[in-house]
Amino acid sequence: MSKIEKECRYAESHEWVRVDGDIAVIGISDYAQHALGNIVYVDLPEVGDELEAGDEFGAVESVKAASDLYTPVSGSVVEINEALEDTPEAINEDAFGTWLIKVAMSDPSQVDDLLDADAYAKICEG
Amino acid sequence: MSNRFIPHTEEDISAMLEKIGVKSVDELFADIPSEVIFKEEYDIPSAMSEIELRNHFKELASKNDTLVVFGGNGVYDHYAPSVIPHLLERSEFYTAYTPYQPEISQGTLQYIFEYQSMICELTGMETTNASMYDGATAAAETIFMMVASAKKKNRVLLSATLPEHVLKVAKTYARFHGVDVTEIPEKDGVTDLEAMKGALGSGDVAGVILPAPNRYGVIEDFTGVADDIHSVKALMGMYVDPSTLAVLRSPAEWGADIACGDGQTLGMPMQFGGPYLGFLSCRQSLIRKMPGRVVGATTDASGKRCYVLTLQAREQHIRREKATSNICSNQSLMALYATIYISLMGEKGLREVNVLSADGAHYLYNRLIETGRFRPVFNRPFLKEFVVETDLDIKKVNAYLLEKGVMGGVDLGNSRVMFAVTEKRTKEEIDNLVTLMLEA
Amino acid sequence: MKYYDKLIFELSRPGRKGYELPADNYGCDALKEIPADLLRKDAPELPEVSELDVVRHYTNLSSKNFGVDTGFYPLGSCTMKYNPKINEEVAAMPEFAGLHPLQPAESAQGALELYYNLQKALANIAGLAEFTLNPYAGAHGELTGLMVMRQYHISRGDEKRRKVIVPDSAHGTNPASAMVAGLEVIEVKSKPNGSIDVEDLKPLLDDTVAGIMMTNPNTLGMFETEIMEIAKLVHEAGGLLYYDGANLNPMLGKVRPGDMGFDIMHINLHKTFSTPHGGGGPGSGPVGVAAHLVDLLPNPRVKKGEDGKFYVENGDKSLGSISSFLGNFGVMMKAYAYILSLGKENLKNVGPMATLNANYIKESLKDDYLLPIEGACKHEFVFDGLKDKSTGVTTLNVAKRLLDYGFHAPTIYFPLLFHESMMIEPTETESKETLDEFIEVMHKVAKEARENPDMVKNAPHTTLISHPDETTAAKKPILTYRQMKG
Repeated sequence: MSKIEKECRYAESHEWVRVDGDIAVIGISDYAQHALGNIVYVDLPEVGDELEAGDEFGAVESVKAASDLYTPVSGSVVEINEALEDTPEAINEDAFGTWLIKVAMSDPSQVDDLLDADAYAKICEG
Repeated sequence: MSNRFIPHTEEDISAMLEKIGVKSVDELFADIPSEVIFKEEYDIPSAMSEIELRNHFKELASKNDTLVVFGGNGVYDHYAPSVIPHLLERSEFYTAYTPYQPEISQGTLQYIFEYQSMICELTGMETTNASMYDGATAAAETIFMMVASAKKKNRVLLSATLPEHVLKVAKTYARFHGVDVTEIPEKDGVTDLEAMKGALGSGDVAGVILPAPNRYGVIEDFTGVADDIHSVKALMGMYVDPSTLAVLRSPAEWGADIACGDGQTLGMPMQFGGPYLGFLSCRQSLIRKMPGRVVGATTDASGKRCYVLTLQAREQHIRREKATSNICSNQSLMALYATIYISLMGEKGLREVNVLSADGAHYLYNRLIETGRFRPVFNRPFLKEFVVETDLDIKKVNAYLLEKGVMGGVDLGNSRVMFAVTEKRTKEEIDNLVTLMLEA
Repeated sequence: MKYYDKLIFELSRPGRKGYELPADNYGCDALKEIPADLLRKDAPELPEVSELDVVRHYTNLSSKNFGVDTGFYPLGSCTMKYNPKINEEVAAMPEFAGLHPLQPAESAQGALELYYNLQKALANIAGLAEFTLNPYAGAHGELTGLMVMRQYHISRGDEKRRKVIVPDSAHGTNPASAMVAGLEVIEVKSKPNGSIDVEDLKPLLDDTVAGIMMTNPNTLGMFETEIMEIAKLVHEAGGLLYYDGANLNPMLGKVRPGDMGFDIMHINLHKTFSTPHGGGGPGSGPVGVAAHLVDLLPNPRVKKGEDGKFYVENGDKSLGSISSFLGNFGVMMKAYAYILSLGKENLKNVGPMATLNANYIKESLKDDYLLPIEGACKHEFVFDGLKDKSTGVTTLNVAKRLLDYGFHAPTIYFPLLFHESMMIEPTETESKETLDEFIEVMHKVAKEARENPDMVKNAPHTTLISHPDETTAAKKPILTYRQMKG
């Protein structure tokens, strides 16, 4: 059974968002890391990239699968988790403790449209 | 019903039908609408025994002339060591599929690893894939890599001195894929580097591909070019003849980011155009944008060194329309060919091949100039291939040579003709070529 | 046999060599005339080994491989049929191997005739007008075929047709080839039985659709019985039908793609026409087209003149070139030899016997393995893993256990329609005895899964290496000997 963090909001494509003022911290869910298996590579955008909600911003690769990453909110990338270049397995070890990018939101109200933990749990039960 | 490749006896067929629970083989096709069932005979010859088949091939073979080759243009009559076909005919190699089950495919996986190591030694690049189809398609894939790496820039500059077939294929691929291609014009037989600098200023250039040697056999000087290209954050690609890399400055030494080309020059039979070997190698930082299969070293559960297909998440069977390329089957057995060839020749052998070919080519060049009927065109350094101008009727000369069992130089038009000499040609053959041309 | 794990680089000894070239009697030193800046500074580090070193090394490597000649290779969608030895013999004939691709046509009439005859034979077998043999592999054929499709619309001034419909069960190459050809992929859903949902297809067919890519039988080995309806709908909408020839084998002697309404197709000579896979190529992926598309085929083309002579032509309506010359000619020679060996009498039995073999295995194993789709399959079929899911033994485990018994594994985890896909294709060249042995072993593995699941989960047990660490291989790639040395 995969973990679901109560205070996060979620996209149907399995990204989580944690809001810190105007900054959205984005990662992938425990369910997603389970489905992928051992993660070997994370492709991230560059700081300064402008993203619209729903845009692809990178990809996560395991040995035999790959999954594109989509931003749940619009804004510009202010930070990327560079440690993932050397230790992509951190996502497997702690999906909610390992963020991928931080986005300065252009429209923080978009967060309200995302799934809450209960609604996301239903998606994972499929 | 039984045939040497289809072993079913009548008895087998009835036993199998019984197990399946149908009365006839036709019943297994009962779901197919009758209007599409093929009811005629194929319009092909009746079955041939091996004796008849050999005779048929002998008859076809008699309509071919194997010539003493002085033409090149991307394909060269290099020496093929006897060992190679014997080893390639080990059927554990050639009847295997792509090495998807590493436990029973270590033979294939290891030679690909050795192949990758050798190509990287020759090009000086850090990484390479398990092979591409041919040099031209490898150049086309290089274009895609450049555009994919640059994200928003969509233009690639191709030197007009790249081999003609490479330009043609690269442009077809680029046109369909939606990449803008600009040809850098030629000036005195080499890439016009001033024109290149101008084109780099357009701001949308993802990469540049330059040849070594070029379509005329000329070894171009790319001093400073890497800096020019990198200054606009574009990638430098080189299309190279791998055989020459034992002596010529390597793509890495020129500062290139990607090197591609055709491995036919590594002793492969000319075989009327294929199979040859495309190769593509690059800097480690570009590895995720590289097309095709890659083999990596690892260990098994007991710590033994072994090899696996790796970085597969880039590939079509996983990424589908988001893959770096659609390539699956490549030219694996030809990669084995190249690996064995390079093992036998080593650095010294490859160097000797170049020295012999270049000395032969320069000998022919000097002999031609001495006749007074041929004139230099570019006055630039070359190895095994060069262009001269002549007042002879090239078409007539080549027709005469053909009668004598010789493939003459490639007719480039405008009284220009291009000759190639490999280590297989002898001094006598070269002297004979000159004599025949003058008497034609 | 002793375990051998040396790399050729590790056999190297300075001063050893494996070649001999003639003495240089030209009396010149050409390299001296080349400016030093154009010459290499750091020599490549290549092996220095004797000829025998090379022969033993690669012979030893070959023994670490499994090929069709080693044993049964039921790899679904790959058509691992026997590769006749006569094919290899004729392809090596020096009168062909020594031909330069640009030598005058009059001096290569035998080779051109072979190309032409093979092209004609394939056209007849496919029910199409003409073929190009230039594409190098199946995926290259797909790409070329899709270029023909786009060029057709471009030539009619209909540039907006940029979408290609691909079933969700398609081979991964289909969408990838479409992407390379600059087309946008639209997925059409499969019905529970794996065939295309015509109702799902209809709303997709508008004036932006270039065509549809299909394989028939589909990747589940089932014939798309509504093909005529699909062809009608796609054609009425102005699109073309592309046939992925990866699954052509069962159609030999039964159905021609052209007769089903397909306009463009590729054939994998290294599947249906017995040329060897070579550990991943060289293959050959000829592309055939209906009459109205012939002029669009890539250059160069081989033609026959009224005088009976063959010549090479570059057509001006062609989509361009997709290969350096005329493709993998050596591979074509093998396919041509195969077609002549079988002849019209036996070629028509290929499809029926391949289909008989597949159904025989399917019916013999469906008590132990989960058959998601009932009914007669064609050349291949898909199990959704073991029937008994309680043991936790997966398709991967079964595949690895088969290696212990001397069989190659089936294609696994494809198609994506099922979680535990196991795709089995026996081909027509296998005898009933071989199939019976395979069936017996598959039953045995099912029994082992019930009685000793951990043993099956840890398979293979008898191969030269055990589970390779693929995660580390992908995370910290070591792709060359230089990187290995560190």
